[in-house]
Amino acid sequence: MKGFDVTVKDVSRAYGSFKALDDVSVEIRKGEFFSLLGPSGCGKTTLLRIIAGFDSPDVGTVLLDGKNILPLPPDKRQVNTVFQNYALFPHLSVFDNVAFPLRLKKIPVAKLQAKVREYLHLVQLDDHVDKKPSMLSGGQKQRVAIARALINEPSVLLLDEPLSALDAKLRQNLLVELDHLHDQIGITFIYVTHDQSEALSVSDRIAVMNQGKVLQIGTPYEIYESPATDFVARFIGETNLFPATVLSCAPFEEEYLVSLDIPDLGKSILVTDYDPLEVGQRVSFTIRPEKIKITGDEPRRVGKDINLFKGIVEEPIYSGFQSKYYVSLENQTVLKVIQQHNNYMDEGPDIDWKDQVYVSWSAEDGYIVEVIDT
Amino acid sequence: MDSNKKTAPPKQNGKKRLVPTQLVSPPTGPQGPYKLPKNQHFSDHRRFGFSNIMLVLVIVFLFAPLIVVIFYSFNESKGMRWTGVSLKWYVQLFMESEALWKAFTNSFIIAISSSIVATVLGSLASIGIKWYKFKSRTYIQIASFLPMVLPEVIIGISMLIFFTAVKIPLGMFTIFVAHTTFNIPFVFLLVSARLDEFDFSIIEAARDLGATERQTLFKVVIPSIMPAIVSSMLMSVTMSLEDFVITFFVSGPGSTTLPLYVYSMIRYGVSPVINSLSLVLILGIMILALSLKRFLKTIAASS
Repeated sequence: MKGFDVTVKDVSRAYGSFKALDDVSVEIRKGEFFSLLGPSGCGKTTLLRIIAGFDSPDVGTVLLDGKNILPLPPDKRQVNTVFQNYALFPHLSVFDNVAFPLRLKKIPVAKLQAKVREYLHLVQLDDHVDKKPSMLSGGQKQRVAIARALINEPSVLLLDEPLSALDAKLRQNLLVELDHLHDQIGITFIYVTHDQSEALSVSDRIAVMNQGKVLQIGTPYEIYESPATDFVARFIGETNLFPATVLSCAPFEEEYLVSLDIPDLGKSILVTDYDPLEVGQRVSFTIRPEKIKITGDEPRRVGKDINLFKGIVEEPIYSGFQSKYYVSLENQTVLKVIQQHNNYMDEGPDIDWKDQVYVSWSAEDGYIVEVIDT
Repeated sequence: MDSNKKTAPPKQNGKKRLVPTQLVSPPTGPQGPYKLPKNQHFSDHRRFGFSNIMLVLVIVFLFAPLIVVIFYSFNESKGMRWTGVSLKWYVQLFMESEALWKAFTNSFIIAISSSIVATVLGSLASIGIKWYKFKSRTYIQIASFLPMVLPEVIIGISMLIFFTAVKIPLGMFTIFVAHTTFNIPFVFLLVSARLDEFDFSIIEAARDLGATERQTLFKVVIPSIMPAIVSSMLMSVTMSLEDFVITFFVSGPGSTTLPLYVYSMIRYGVSPVINSLSLVLILGIMILALSLKRFLKTIAASS
């Protein structure tokens, strides 16, 4: 793995009374595709700007390969940035934009030309060398910005919501290309985004941020399947989240089988958890919509760890590869349920508006999120 | 449950394969390029419609005096009576008007020098005020517009008082200083307008890519606001060339500019030499403007 590791230690940054970053510590490993994910105003861009050198923290340190980089100006850091709005130089051609960092270093012309062409080839812009940025599409502009940021051979590439100005389809393609680039070059990528699906699909690890704090750091799988807080559960993907109280907690095959009282659902449910919980403890219960099964007929009960509810489909949303149903339970609580259409012949949107349905899920598929007192 | 809801397709042994919906048949008949419908709201097709009449009136109002001047520059006699075609006023203009050409040279020197200095100072001022954040920013911005809104007479008198107070002899130098002073606000305004739509993240991008602050200024900021800098300089040149009031106060012996000279000529009776000078100036400025327009267009296209 090339690239450097980045260590952010106890960094805080306030603008007046607004705390953009509140005692943030993150360790980013060498060669990692690391995402900073959070809603707008959560501090992710501030953290990126501090690493790039456009902003400095009130307290804390930022180490690049073990060395403190905070005293260095942006042009002396082995870090390059891809900006959200491309930030291409409007008066220079594509070639000259990419050559800009090399010209500053006074690299001989022949070497410079070869290198610029190599990097333009890397981002598939061979045919647009002489165009001005104003003649390019959004996706092409962002490719130029990426080539320009990479040509300095930085140890860390910072990407500040690089795809947010592009349309959905292009975003998907460029995201895959970015991932390929990362595999090819092997340097550390720090990717700032508010789009959880972007972060989930390409990151090695994700830091979920909200209100200036890092809430959870983990692989996409960990973040999705075992969110640390109710905010993470709600922000990553879709979920059904309910406040709950622990009724009982008993050991069950290396885990604990917990019975929860959930006023919103009108009865108690079963869920497994790795850690023992105290009776009477207040927690949040979350179940992902795709883990809930929806059937027209009452399913045969297999085992006692199945939670079963009866309801009415209030809103079926068919989107080709899946259907999403808003199911209203007997006490008017609405559950989101997603059914995948994996197979043409035996699946399909056979559940309709106002149908009576049964929704069920296994105790293992639910998840208990600790309530953090704020 | 609704009975008609789940009748077809039968569910027991898998569903029936869906038949693709029949497409609408493509239109037949002659196909030509699609034409936009004519905009009926805003175009006035009548030959003598209101807008056409207004257009002609405005053009006549603007250009009739110029045409009269050009017409009389070819008149043989001195008065307003047409006596015959002659080029004698042109001969007099080019052969026997040394003082006029001296004034013209003065104007030219002052216009070029003051506009260059004003462009440099005004551009740097607006870049500095946009780039750095400091306390007295807004005050400087307001103060810089003062020379633009104050009546020229007041500026002229105040400059005259100032120059005599600090004992600077009136002449070319004082005119140059005065013209630079009233040109700076215009440069500042034009360049600031360009900087307002300037994407400041490209400054960060330049710094990020390894440029120092100075390199960023000269390789990124100034080149990308070049159209505004060039056009503000052109405006300074024309304003300096045509200024009469302020120049009138701060000029001294031997520093007569063209507007001052023309004015003094008129005081001793209108000479048709002025008419011929007008045509020469009109032609010169037209050629300049057309070539600069082309130049500005290429700059604008490149950014």
